[in-house]
Amino acid sequence: MTKLSTKHLLGIKELTADDINLILTTAESFKEVINRPIKKVPSLRDITIANLFFENSTRTKLSFELAEKRLSADVVNFSSASSSVKKGETLIDTVNNILAMKVDMVVMRHPNPGAAVFLSKHIDAKIVNAGDGAHEHPTQALLDAFSIKEKLGNIKGKKIAIIGDVLHSRVALSNIFCLQKLGAEVMVCGPTTLMPKYIHSLGVKVEHNLRKALEWCDVANMLRIQLERQDIKYFPSLREYTMLFGLNKELLDSLTKKIIVMHPGPINRGVEITSDVADGSQSIILEQVENGVAVRMAVLFLLAGRA
Amino acid sequence: MMKPRIILDSKHFEITVTRLCYQLIEVHNDFSKTVIIGLQPRGIYLAKRIQKKLQEILKKKDIKCGSLDTTFYRDDFRQKELVPNATLIDFIIEWKNVILVDDVLFTGRTIRAGLDAMLAFGRPNDVELLVLIDRRLSRHLPIQAKYIGKIIDSIASEKVKVEWKETDGADKVTLLSND
Repeated sequence: MTKLSTKHLLGIKELTADDINLILTTAESFKEVINRPIKKVPSLRDITIANLFFENSTRTKLSFELAEKRLSADVVNFSSASSSVKKGETLIDTVNNILAMKVDMVVMRHPNPGAAVFLSKHIDAKIVNAGDGAHEHPTQALLDAFSIKEKLGNIKGKKIAIIGDVLHSRVALSNIFCLQKLGAEVMVCGPTTLMPKYIHSLGVKVEHNLRKALEWCDVANMLRIQLERQDIKYFPSLREYTMLFGLNKELLDSLTKKIIVMHPGPINRGVEITSDVADGSQSIILEQVENGVAVRMAVLFLLAGRA
Repeated sequence: MMKPRIILDSKHFEITVTRLCYQLIEVHNDFSKTVIIGLQPRGIYLAKRIQKKLQEILKKKDIKCGSLDTTFYRDDFRQKELVPNATLIDFIIEWKNVILVDDVLFTGRTIRAGLDAMLAFGRPNDVELLVLIDRRLSRHLPIQAKYIGKIIDSIASEKVKVEWKETDGADKVTLLSND
């Protein structure tokens, strides 16, 4: 298996297990590259990539940009806040204008679910979904899988709990697809109001007691409470949420085994996770960020290699 | 149908590798300022074999040998499907004499990519090329090896296959031709 089965990276749902494994293996090589004295390779020097961010981002945007630059691609950045989108230009018009300037790949984050799929049907460039609303965030799931594999050696048969605001989380959905395709067992845990209605159809375990979820799992992926997407009250108060679903040192130390703690960032310190856990020895949050660059390099490299 | 012709059997294979080692010792003495880098995927077997043999001959254990993957530096990426292999160079090449090692020198494109890839690790004093088989009539680039196991004249449609004890059961080089 030397080739992806897809031309775009729109979501994990469309990938096969072979695709995911190819990306993870390639990312291992890129992780070695980004730890060299000279962190740059010339693979994509003939490729121009546009980063279109219609929604705020720090990590993903920086991570993609670094990945692109370390592959020697030319990069143009666009964020909706300072663009003609504010004047009423449509998505297709915006992107077609950018493509008219000869861009080969588009990395896009958009607040509307399905924006990347929509674009791929109308645009003649390779699309990488960098997050579309509450739908998918494929590169995050891939870097999470990479980080788990790096830590535990294998993903098959491992137990992973995704904890918190599953309803609004594209990270949760992409992670569920990705981990299941790699043979892991997945549990989601959070208040009933923050569970999507269809959650049982995804074949995951559902738990509403944080301690039980933590006792079950090998890895706990703590999600951020996405207050900006919560149009109504989903729980009485942040303090109550923290008491019931926040991970703190005392709870972590009281478990019978040492689990790995992950967080996709940005962290609400003291809400879903306390600082001493986030910065503690069981946390791999910063490794996730480092691996993000390697995984994104692998995705861009493999997509560019597809004619 | 591919008809195989043996170019090196296991006995001559051994003799050739030993001769290459003595040629290296002539130039590099005790290898205190010299390192070996094998090119992925197939050059690393020869590099490791040479490292082992040199350590036997020189009775020292610290001859450095690394492996280098050239995938990200190739010019035919996007024409071929390539999967990267591991790069492992856990020593400093700055101001060292580097011996690049590959099994077959064909068009020279792998070596070109290898030179580029190696420079990401520093500026060596001197770089030399060692190959087991030199297909001298098929070069696309002005690249020549300094140490050569065996020169063969072959046409582009023919294939040279190098097999190793470690992975294929026996040391052997065969020429496969289409007729």
